[in-house]
Amino acid sequence: MTTLTDRPAPSASFPPPTPTGVSAGSGSGTVPTQQETTFTPPPEAPITEVRRQTSGLRMIDLLSAGGAAVASVSLTALLFTQLAPVSGPIAFAVIAYLLFVGIYALLVSFDEPGPAVRDRIVLVAVHSLAWTVLATLVFVVTFTIVKGADALPHLNFFTQDMSLAGPLDPLTTGGVLHAILGTLIQITIALIITIPLGITTALYLGEVPGRFSRFVRTIVEAMTALPSIVSGLFIFATFILILGVEKSGFAASLAISVMMLPIMIRAADVVFRLVPGTLKEASIGLGAGQWKTVWHVVLPTSRSGLTTAIILATARGIGETSPVLLTSGFTASLNVDPFHGPMVSLPLAVFQFVKSPEPTMIARGFGTAAVLMLLVLLLFIVARIIGGQTLAVTEKRRERLLRFTAAFRSVFAPLGAKITGAAAPALAGGKARVDSYFADRDKRLQSEARPANETAALLTATEPIGVLDDNDLATLPHPAPAASAGPADIRDDKPETPEDTK
Amino acid sequence: MSLDSPRQLTTLRDPADIVFRTVARSGGVIVLSIMLLVGVFLAFRASQALSVAGFSFLTEQAWEPDSGRFGIAAVIVGTILIALVAIVIAVPLAIGTALYITEYAPRWFRSILIGLVDIMAAIPSVVYGLWGFFFLQGNITPISKWISQTFGWIPIFAVDGADPNDPLSSVTVYTSSTFIAGIVVAFMITPIITSIMREVFGQAPLGEREGALALGSTRWGMIKSVVLPFGRGGMIGGTMLGLGRALGETIAVYMIISPVFVIQPHILQNGASSVSSLIALRYGEATPFGLSALMAAGLALFLMTLVVNFAASTIVARSRSGASS
Repeated sequence: MTTLTDRPAPSASFPPPTPTGVSAGSGSGTVPTQQETTFTPPPEAPITEVRRQTSGLRMIDLLSAGGAAVASVSLTALLFTQLAPVSGPIAFAVIAYLLFVGIYALLVSFDEPGPAVRDRIVLVAVHSLAWTVLATLVFVVTFTIVKGADALPHLNFFTQDMSLAGPLDPLTTGGVLHAILGTLIQITIALIITIPLGITTALYLGEVPGRFSRFVRTIVEAMTALPSIVSGLFIFATFILILGVEKSGFAASLAISVMMLPIMIRAADVVFRLVPGTLKEASIGLGAGQWKTVWHVVLPTSRSGLTTAIILATARGIGETSPVLLTSGFTASLNVDPFHGPMVSLPLAVFQFVKSPEPTMIARGFGTAAVLMLLVLLLFIVARIIGGQTLAVTEKRRERLLRFTAAFRSVFAPLGAKITGAAAPALAGGKARVDSYFADRDKRLQSEARPANETAALLTATEPIGVLDDNDLATLPHPAPAASAGPADIRDDKPETPEDTK
Repeated sequence: MSLDSPRQLTTLRDPADIVFRTVARSGGVIVLSIMLLVGVFLAFRASQALSVAGFSFLTEQAWEPDSGRFGIAAVIVGTILIALVAIVIAVPLAIGTALYITEYAPRWFRSILIGLVDIMAAIPSVVYGLWGFFFLQGNITPISKWISQTFGWIPIFAVDGADPNDPLSSVTVYTSSTFIAGIVVAFMITPIITSIMREVFGQAPLGEREGALALGSTRWGMIKSVVLPFGRGGMIGGTMLGLGRALGETIAVYMIISPVFVIQPHILQNGASSVSSLIALRYGEATPFGLSALMAAGLALFLMTLVVNFAASTIVARSRSGASS
């Protein structure tokens, strides 16, 4: 019975059947009344505290920051032009920055006490560190794309391989079709191996607990530490040297699989563990077996998280160079047969191109890197969209689509009737369908409002999610280790909550 | 926040469940055997070289397996130095970014920032390598030069063959160094460390935060007395996970350094080494015995990252902030 007092019992608690004269919240525990109905007080509303923003900007802050910026840049310019012990843009930025911090602290100290001055210095430091990271990210991306811009506009870059293009040939001949196809083939084979194996193993770890599965989990966690080059070396030494298989795209796929498998298992395991126990218990309570529970509850609930895990592991697998370098080898010509002959991948092609001193080859290298990066970014955005899909979002989208079709029809239905009388019944039927959908939906939402509230209360009772803000809902479970998937993911997959129904 | 688990139930399983459990268990067994095979095979092949080299494997600097003189002293030291440079640069950046995301950034900007940091983690290492080789290499040498001239009296910043009094001296002694490789690796591991720190900082209890602010502390005072102590476990754990990645990084380091097989303690000087780039450099021309020696080096690297990763996950799990994750 302890569980019943820990969590409010749904049937009795919401809404309180308030008897005359007794207010529901007045007593703790059960309140006997004249009618002798027994009920528990309503559950406390799920507390979702919103953190207050404690910033406030004043004119003096802006003035001192701006003044310090101007002073530091001028001082640094003076230093560089008159004294000049160093040179270079990076050195200029570093010195200007240090001077800025110093001058700013001095300005603030004129009218603020010590702790406030320290607060300001930290404020500047945190902002500049974060912006350094972001600027570097943007810079790395744009640097690659700008340098690759010479090669990218040529259509042949995407339709030819390098078999006919020598190092001195202009960018109008030769391309990286072989690398693009090679990457796609290799990652497809790797995914064919890792997805079934990875998800089955993750299900095993989550659903069949025991000493052996704990052991498997420990080993898998240990293997996430395996450096990618070592997995390449392993496949090289076993498949190629001992079994005598030639260097091929298939061997590269195996090496990538060995590297991706622990990452995927770990991410999927985290996602499965986030499926609320109450949902599984409900399924088992209704008489479903373990397999039915997994198929109808665990997998659908974690679908978006699982897709994200797979896509992010794919992004890691696509970007790895060293396993392919060891197991597949480099070729300049197109090879779509994964079992025979070397098959190049995008990162390996980049690596080979930039080894050459020729400017056109280096431009090709950057172009290839840009293609690779865009591929990874595309995967990432897809992951983001899928991971961000909640019931609320899909429902809203469906509603918008239906409203649009309804509006469309109401505009064009008279027109259509004028043109052909035969189409009119079909159009009218369509409108009736739309109308009945909305009527149904409203009815459903009304009737579901209460159960949905109860579900929310239950979930918050077991998983307090107060400290997370809405931005965290967008957080994806990261393939990289540990602490990544927050409880927010539970909220993502929860059946309709009150917010969803509005 | 405890994730509750299903209660223990005794049931008669129907055929579908038995099939499911068998398939799931066999999946686990296959994965386990692959993973164990990698480890055991590495150890087995490495033992051949290790039995020849003996204890000198840890102390010998040269890498000439076919003449019997080989050891990982130089490459392991090089790997650790690169990883340390990376950590020294990445940790402040990660702390700053994580604090900015959780404490300073406007609400609407947070989810964008989180997405950007995740994208940064997904960028392939070869792209960072390109950036390091074609941009950083040329632009960082003035700073290397200045550091070595100013702090050259500290042994690790000293550079042989550089004359501080000659303003026209060549900058090539400052290229392809541990320092530059470390910077590139730092930007690769910053997003990994950031995402863990962000996670634990965000979990710092609201009551304590507001208590600190109500007692009159500044925002930094609040961070120092609430957020950082709360997230200490996650900070250490995240740093070590980043260290694990930094130790194993291959291609970006391989593109930048020019390998040397002596212990090179001068981080600003041309010439560096790492275990993974040694493997990438030598696997092609290796004899069976040479390959066994490379396996031994790979095993040493693997054991090192393994220890670091396990320590990291233990620290994260034991800390107050990471107990639930």
